[in-house]
Amino acid sequence: MDIQMVVNGSVVESTVSDDTLLLDFLRSIGCVSVKRGCDTASCGACTVLMDGKPILSCSMPIGRANGHMIETLEGLRDEAKPIVPYFAHEGADQCGFCNPGYMVNIIALLRENPDPTDAEIAHHLVGNICRCTGYQSHARALRAYLNDKKEASHEAL
Amino acid sequence: MKPFEMDRSEYRKVGKAVPKKDAERLLLGEPAYMDDFAPKDCLIIKLVRSKYAHAIVQDVDFSEAMEIPGIVAVYTYKDVPNHRFTTAGQSYPEPSPHDRLILDRHVRFVGDPVAMVVGENEKAVDMALELVKVDYEVLPPVLDFHKALDNEVVIHPEEDWTEAFQAGDNKRNLIHTEEHVRGDVDKVLSECDVTVDRTFRTKANHQGYMETMRAFCEVDSRGRLHCVTSNQIVFHTRRILSEALCIPKSQIHVEKLRIGGGFGAKQTVNNEIFAAFAAWKLKKPCKIIYSRSECLTAGSPRHEMEIRVRVGAMKDGTIRAIDMTTLSNGGAYGEHSTATIGLSGHKTLPLYTTTCEAARFHGDVVYTNVSSAGAYRGFGATQGTFALESCVNELAGMLNLDPMEMRLRSIVREGMVMPDYFGEKLGACALDQCIAKCAENFGWKEKYPVRDMGNGKVRAAGMAITMQGSCISGIDVASCRLALMDDGSYIMTIGAADMGTGCDTILSQMAAEVLECDLDAITVMGADTDISPYDSGSYASSTTYLTGMATANAAKKLRENICRIGANLLGAEVQDVDFNGQTVVCEQDGRSVSLGEISYAAQCNNAISVEVTETCTSPISPPPFMASMAEIELDKGTGKVAVLHFNSVVDCGIPVNPALARVQAEGGALQGIGMALTENVTYTEDGHIMENNFLQYRMPTRLDVGDINIDFAYSYEPSHAFGVKSIGEIVINTATPAIAHAIARITGTYLTVTPFTPEKVLRALNGLDVSEHDKRFAE
Repeated sequence: MDIQMVVNGSVVESTVSDDTLLLDFLRSIGCVSVKRGCDTASCGACTVLMDGKPILSCSMPIGRANGHMIETLEGLRDEAKPIVPYFAHEGADQCGFCNPGYMVNIIALLRENPDPTDAEIAHHLVGNICRCTGYQSHARALRAYLNDKKEASHEAL
Repeated sequence: MKPFEMDRSEYRKVGKAVPKKDAERLLLGEPAYMDDFAPKDCLIIKLVRSKYAHAIVQDVDFSEAMEIPGIVAVYTYKDVPNHRFTTAGQSYPEPSPHDRLILDRHVRFVGDPVAMVVGENEKAVDMALELVKVDYEVLPPVLDFHKALDNEVVIHPEEDWTEAFQAGDNKRNLIHTEEHVRGDVDKVLSECDVTVDRTFRTKANHQGYMETMRAFCEVDSRGRLHCVTSNQIVFHTRRILSEALCIPKSQIHVEKLRIGGGFGAKQTVNNEIFAAFAAWKLKKPCKIIYSRSECLTAGSPRHEMEIRVRVGAMKDGTIRAIDMTTLSNGGAYGEHSTATIGLSGHKTLPLYTTTCEAARFHGDVVYTNVSSAGAYRGFGATQGTFALESCVNELAGMLNLDPMEMRLRSIVREGMVMPDYFGEKLGACALDQCIAKCAENFGWKEKYPVRDMGNGKVRAAGMAITMQGSCISGIDVASCRLALMDDGSYIMTIGAADMGTGCDTILSQMAAEVLECDLDAITVMGADTDISPYDSGSYASSTTYLTGMATANAAKKLRENICRIGANLLGAEVQDVDFNGQTVVCEQDGRSVSLGEISYAAQCNNAISVEVTETCTSPISPPPFMASMAEIELDKGTGKVAVLHFNSVVDCGIPVNPALARVQAEGGALQGIGMALTENVTYTEDGHIMENNFLQYRMPTRLDVGDINIDFAYSYEPSHAFGVKSIGEIVINTATPAIAHAIARITGTYLTVTPFTPEKVLRALNGLDVSEHDKRFAE
């Protein structure tokens, strides 16, 4: 089938077979931050934004993504960059394979809710499995980022 | 020139929490892993896998499969070398039995590869897989590992089965047996005031690395096989590919890029052989990526073990004798079986060296017709710790003693010789402080009592202690090459594998301490068999200790060479100069020459090398120690157990990077909690694994744990330049026994089979039978 979508701000046109999954298509056009960690929509490593909402690209047939706006971490780096040092400081990146998935999901959360509680963060990210960290460092990193951001905005006032 | 010496209070790099060198790239999703770099035109390999637990392949008809457009080749047992090898990555002489072929006519578990399909794209290969017709002669399987030894069904009847230490017998389904006896255990047990005698079973748990197993291979410009893999053991991979393919090692080049988690799973070369075989045969790039389901049914999980423990103690809590008998399920092939079983004993018995007068360990590992086991963080010690620590907790309960205080009486202390740990002398030990600090951090006195919360929920706490090693003593070899670049920066080349654990960073911290440079001045290369100096690989908790030792030595030697070259340039005697990281200074007259000048001038009329390689081995494997305490909340209505607080205090000597050490400990704790509560592996009557995806193999999410709190108790390991010991594996060992303890505090029953599902907990609470029905086992 012929498809057309906006990927990270650029129009992408291609001819693909009907049973292509969005995950494989995105990797094929160079968005390799998108990872496959399972085959059952249970790990979150393939999370991307479709029309601004986080979705699992491993379970998104290309036809359903056709005509939509897709963002992967490649296109969200400016939004990710302020958060990155906090995760790096905690050593929360570890093997890194799940990082793009949760980073995209964090961006989606903060767009919708710029000041989430720890419980809201955990609930929002529950589908992003990480086997290295035990999640504690993620929570500390995001809390520190949010606190610093709040402090900076208070100082600005 | 003074030799490098530094008091640990003056460390500027070691002991500091700095971000991993690759953190920013990983967090921004930059290309880093095998499949981010594999050529786009790679041929795709997938495997036809056995439907039966035990069978002989009579015929493989792939004529229809070959008609699918894009299919390049289908290989069967007829195409591969008839030369047995092992996929385990361990050192000379590899202890695992040589019991595999790339494709074997005799298939030994559900999922054993029968044929390899190679095609131009995934879709074609998927279609072809369905069209390969396999004619099996089905054999009776051995699924119950209690009945494997001397079973009339022999899983490896082949005459060319070999094993380096003659401690196994394939005709008996015995992979390995070993025994350690000190003193008269039966006599001492009979003298004890109380004894417990329990049998425990742990499952074939999965490491759960997020990047599934994968590799791509190609033939390079020199006609050699180039293998890019995601594993922990590039040098062992080169040897294993050479043995499997029957081609010289000189024709093989193996490298790893970033690894998406390993935890031991990637100490086994189980997918690379297929990519290598096809690429070598076809002279085209070939790629294999295991599905999650393949990882969960044909990966290299933890050895399922059944461990019987007898422990005897006096009324005051003094532990006097331990008798441990381990039966380990190797599954269809013997990878890592020989080594893992021993750790269930010799990484547990020494814990109580102070008062334990007699100890006995007996272990058998057997073949069965289930998925072959391998290496997983903890490597036998995890299973043994669950068994022994549960018994110690039960003894404390029987004696009405606080299990924390009771342990202090018997635990091993610094300076002791440990007869159950190869007679090694304990150079550094803060286990007593681990226990005390953990109790204080956790609030043991308040949390230990059973508390009914009045809302259908009950809270209680449990504890456990553990030890591990810091390498394989007398076996592991580690190396580091440090080279000064002509701009004054350094390149460090290692054969150890950073799996995300951060070894590239912590080794740089050690080198930077000696060379007095910034971390950014060091670029880390490897692991690559063509460029790295030999290293056994990253396993057995060896990297921080052993590769760290090689790194410190290389940095010291390079520092000396920098001083020598500097002295020549200054026209000074070498004993009169010193190096401060930026310049070599003549101490008499203050003249100096910069590192940049030294490195550039070293390229002219100079015979002193600015490239130094150091290699280490160690006669000892200094154990790290840890104490953990868990508070649970048990729902009396459902039997569900929630871990509210999990505290560990780790003695890993001097933590090189406390932030990374803490994340190791937090991650290990949660893997342990998963093992204790939700991660199960069960089988159908005919040997299919039920939990073959992440929906059924339930690893903890971030809602499945409360607070994990990690702290350190410091010791200084005298055999290492920076006083370090390991941390990678020990951290997983305590969760299962600590949680079992807390459950027993509430229910009165020690659960002995993992995981502690709500059903089992509820049955325990109601005084019902808690044994697990296993369809493999005849009733």
